[in-house]
Amino acid sequence: MTDTEDTPRPTHIDLAAEYESSGVADVLRELDEELIGLEPVKARIRETAALLLVDKARRDMGLATETPTLHMSFTGNPGTGKTTVARMMSGLLHRLGYVRKGHLVSVTRDDLVGQYIGHTAPKTKEVLKKAMGGVLFIDEAYYLYKPDNERDYGQEAIEILLQVMENNRDDLVVIMAGYADRMDRFFSANPGFRSRIAHHIDFPDYSDDELLRISELMLTTQNYEFDDPAERAMAEYISLRRVQPHFANARSIRNALDRARLRQANRLFSEANGPIDAKALSTIGEADIRASRVFSGGLDVDRPPLKEAAE
Amino acid sequence: MRITQGCFSFLPDLDDTQITAQVQYILDKGWAVSLEYTYDPHPRNTYWEMWGQPMFDLQDAKGAMIELDECRKAHPDAYIRIQAFDDTRGFETVMMSFIVNRPPEEPRIHMQRTDVGGRSQTYAWDCR
Repeated sequence: MTDTEDTPRPTHIDLAAEYESSGVADVLRELDEELIGLEPVKARIRETAALLLVDKARRDMGLATETPTLHMSFTGNPGTGKTTVARMMSGLLHRLGYVRKGHLVSVTRDDLVGQYIGHTAPKTKEVLKKAMGGVLFIDEAYYLYKPDNERDYGQEAIEILLQVMENNRDDLVVIMAGYADRMDRFFSANPGFRSRIAHHIDFPDYSDDELLRISELMLTTQNYEFDDPAERAMAEYISLRRVQPHFANARSIRNALDRARLRQANRLFSEANGPIDAKALSTIGEADIRASRVFSGGLDVDRPPLKEAAE
Repeated sequence: MRITQGCFSFLPDLDDTQITAQVQYILDKGWAVSLEYTYDPHPRNTYWEMWGQPMFDLQDAKGAMIELDECRKAHPDAYIRIQAFDDTRGFETVMMSFIVNRPPEEPRIHMQRTDVGGRSQTYAWDCR
């Protein structure tokens, strides 16, 4: 534990070698390969990685001693990859040695705020204890603060969080995520958070083209593929789905693909007479996409509940 | 009199860095950590008060150390021990137990000898 005092401080540092050996390069490569689009996010993460790498070098040489503030806020619409990036970020911070374990604890208001007086503090502390040595990811963080209810227990959770974010900067990194406008309102009502969060990263919506590439990537990882007409149908689906309610970017695409797989299985089952090959089993056809309600202008969620019950 | 119980009891008291390392060892083994305290360190008193619930899903020792600090703040003059539980057999088995806090002035274990029927004697020990 006291080795650091005995070993002489390095006088030179090879940033490129450090970049490769620390494993940061791997994380960034993974980021590039696994995430489609999100260019501003990737740029910010690369900048952050560079900053952390330089900072680590400075600390190794004894030029800096303070742990930099690493708490972040991720803002963007649902399904834009905030959780995925948070997970990669925890890997990045772990490899750079800013967090000891590098696990991600993902929570929402329910996990932090209790239901009666005296319930919130132990609950929040329990979560914080679990997150020690890793990254605490608070999804939809603005729900912690309810301005219309003065006696809301969220305030208590906020106070504990602020205290831990300040005092245990070596032990955990807090990432708060949510819609951009509501996060802005949350931060302006809680200035303590704004000053303790160093990195604000904004996640843009995906373009239609990016969503199509994402859908193909999702299928490939599950060993499925589109045939050509199905791919055209999917492109059409994406542009139609975007203007309909409850659109959640990549998450909507994943749900659409899950339903397409369901229809494909159903189709194979009813059509098949005789053996079918692996190709037929792993090809999503045009009909599987076109059968979606999106093409007839409505979603399941918007139908009256009575019909659903009758099904 | 210095009370010796559990692991490391013949070593000097562990400092916080050493306790952290031990707790991390426990967590790396996949065991649960719990804190217990008592004002009665009699060897026959095996049931100490629990400080909160056992911590089953920690990754890092810091989580347990926060609780230890809280417990020390609330009971500076108590004996506090850290215990490790292994659940692989379907029930929690104590794998490690060591004292991490003791009062500045420790009680004496006092022996009481009593004559009973005839010339036979019984012995009792109590903390004073």
